Amino acid sequence: MSDHPEKLRRDTDRAVFGGVCAGIAGKLGIDPVVVRVGFVVITIASSGFGALAYLLAWACIPAGPADQAARRERTRGRRGSWRIAMGVGLLTLSLLLVFRQLGVWWSDALVWPLALAAFGVALLWGLTRQAPEPGAEEEAEAPEAVSPFAAGEPRERAGRVSRAMFGVAFVVAAALLVLWKAGALSKAGDAALAALVVTISLVLISAPFWWSMARRLGAEKMARVRSQERAEVAAHLHDSVLQTLALMQKRAGDPDEVAKLARRQERELRSWLAGGEPARPEERLADALRAAAEEVEEAHGAPVDAIVVGDAPLDEPMEALVAAAREALTNAAKFASEAGPVHLYAEIENGSARVFIDDRGPGFDPESIPADRRGVRESIIGRMQRYGGRAEIRSAPGDGTEVELAVNGGGG
Amino acid sequence: MTEAPSVVIVDDHRIFRTGVKAELGELVEVLGEGETVEEAVRATVELEPDVVLLDVHMPGGGGVEVIEQVSKARPQQRFLALSVSDDPQDVIAIVRAGARGYVTKTITGEELADAVRRVRDGDAVFSPRLAGFVLDAFAGDLPAEEVDPELDQLTAREREVLRYIARGYLYKEIGLRLNISVKTVEAHVSSVLRKLQLSNRHELSRWAVSRRLVD
Repeated sequence: MSDHPEKLRRDTDRAVFGGVCAGIAGKLGIDPVVVRVGFVVITIASSGFGALAYLLAWACIPAGPADQAARRERTRGRRGSWRIAMGVGLLTLSLLLVFRQLGVWWSDALVWPLALAAFGVALLWGLTRQAPEPGAEEEAEAPEAVSPFAAGEPRERAGRVSRAMFGVAFVVAAALLVLWKAGALSKAGDAALAALVVTISLVLISAPFWWSMARRLGAEKMARVRSQERAEVAAHLHDSVLQTLALMQKRAGDPDEVAKLARRQERELRSWLAGGEPARPEERLADALRAAAEEVEEAHGAPVDAIVVGDAPLDEPMEALVAAAREALTNAAKFASEAGPVHLYAEIENGSARVFIDDRGPGFDPESIPADRRGVRESIIGRMQRYGGRAEIRSAPGDGTEVELAVNGGGG
Repeated sequence: MTEAPSVVIVDDHRIFRTGVKAELGELVEVLGEGETVEEAVRATVELEPDVVLLDVHMPGGGGVEVIEQVSKARPQQRFLALSVSDDPQDVIAIVRAGARGYVTKTITGEELADAVRRVRDGDAVFSPRLAGFVLDAFAGDLPAEEVDPELDQLTAREREVLRYIARGYLYKEIGLRLNISVKTVEAHVSSVLRKLQLSNRHELSRWAVSRRLVD
């Protein structure tokens, strides 16, 4: 792929704007930063002409396919090629001279130092981007260590040192140029200006290193946060899942107990995985109903499937509804759980609620409620009626039982 | 109808595949298994089962990815999602990707075989949980001008059927209660499935978008 002559394409993967510079850099096999700096310098020097050229290029050059890995490899393989760097430098220089000749120009005192400083910073910048960063995030930098370049480690190092020296030299030259021009203009030799120029050049030289240090600190912080999260997960699993597993091993002889433990753990883990808001069974009807189902399941070791649609705040009539539902669930769990799970389905809309509790148990004749189930009348039907709701129990021997509870909402 | 339907079981846990196979026993013919998305796609395209039993969560894109890849080669393939997850996002996502139903892993072997048969015959299979999600998603009225009544609203009858499913009733029992045939119950559920897959209702598209199913 890398030897194949490619057409010029915009590299949208590494684009800042349209990917023109990255595309050109990919074609030349150099760092896009160099091309970008060239463009910026030309734009400033030519009072905007460069930007126009950029837009034109954006429109004319088609976007390339997104095979960034191959292209990055190309760039990497030829990075540090001095000939190309020189070429780009000379090209920029000649373009600048052309502009100067044409008269689209600011002033010598501004453009030349700017160009020099820009190239110096670009060199230094590329240096920090190349530098291997332990624990750094970007996979783009990570393969550096295993690239074929790694074999020539000392050469690599020498290249970086010379690159750094050239970068610093460019910035210093820019500073001197500014000072010289300024000195030529005003004989006084302004000390304040000199200090300013020195400060700026120091900032320019050190900026890339500060930047990379800040990035490294950020990466470290991220790693710390991540390890904290991991510790939290581990703690949670330890307190819940491992404990339950240990308990289950101890109770292995009692299948009912094991099933109960497993179900409780499953529920806990689910609600923890779902994240979201913690349940508020004291305030919300839906949570209260779910909590009642869990309680009954726990107390009687009978599976209860609770499905709640909608929600409402928990006021007094709704509390009565929850209590009645709990009673009905308890009855179902006690007498009917052999025949499969007990189902609770609740539909809450506009402050009204309907709750169904169904089981597949032996059923009974509601007209002749046995003495030990007297509770049904009082705690389910009576309770609902006191709060303006209603309760219906439908059952027949051998056909399961369904209990329907309804409360009409505060509004109506 | 009477012949045992054939399936491919897709799940990244071998122990679970073995369990399902044992539970299904003679009721369903297990043609093959898939542990990864790639394996699942290959097995399905090669073995051409009536139904693919599909886990929602798998490395490499999960059940949704399997459906997308298989559908390119075998658009007529039917899928039944089988999962421990009861996160509405997962469930809605896999149904909108094309699964004809969703059941939880706690289902009994007999019920599962029944569900497989139903999916093979082109019907939809809703667990109580899925019925609850659908009722939730289609709850509340939309402004009239935004509603496509064909897709964005459930009929009173469909709501009733879903309510019974959420309450744990079998199709047969629902038919008895509503005085309609099992076929009619199936038709209602299939119609709900279609709405679930095609509707642009806010809740549904929200769930789908968060899974990048629609752009």
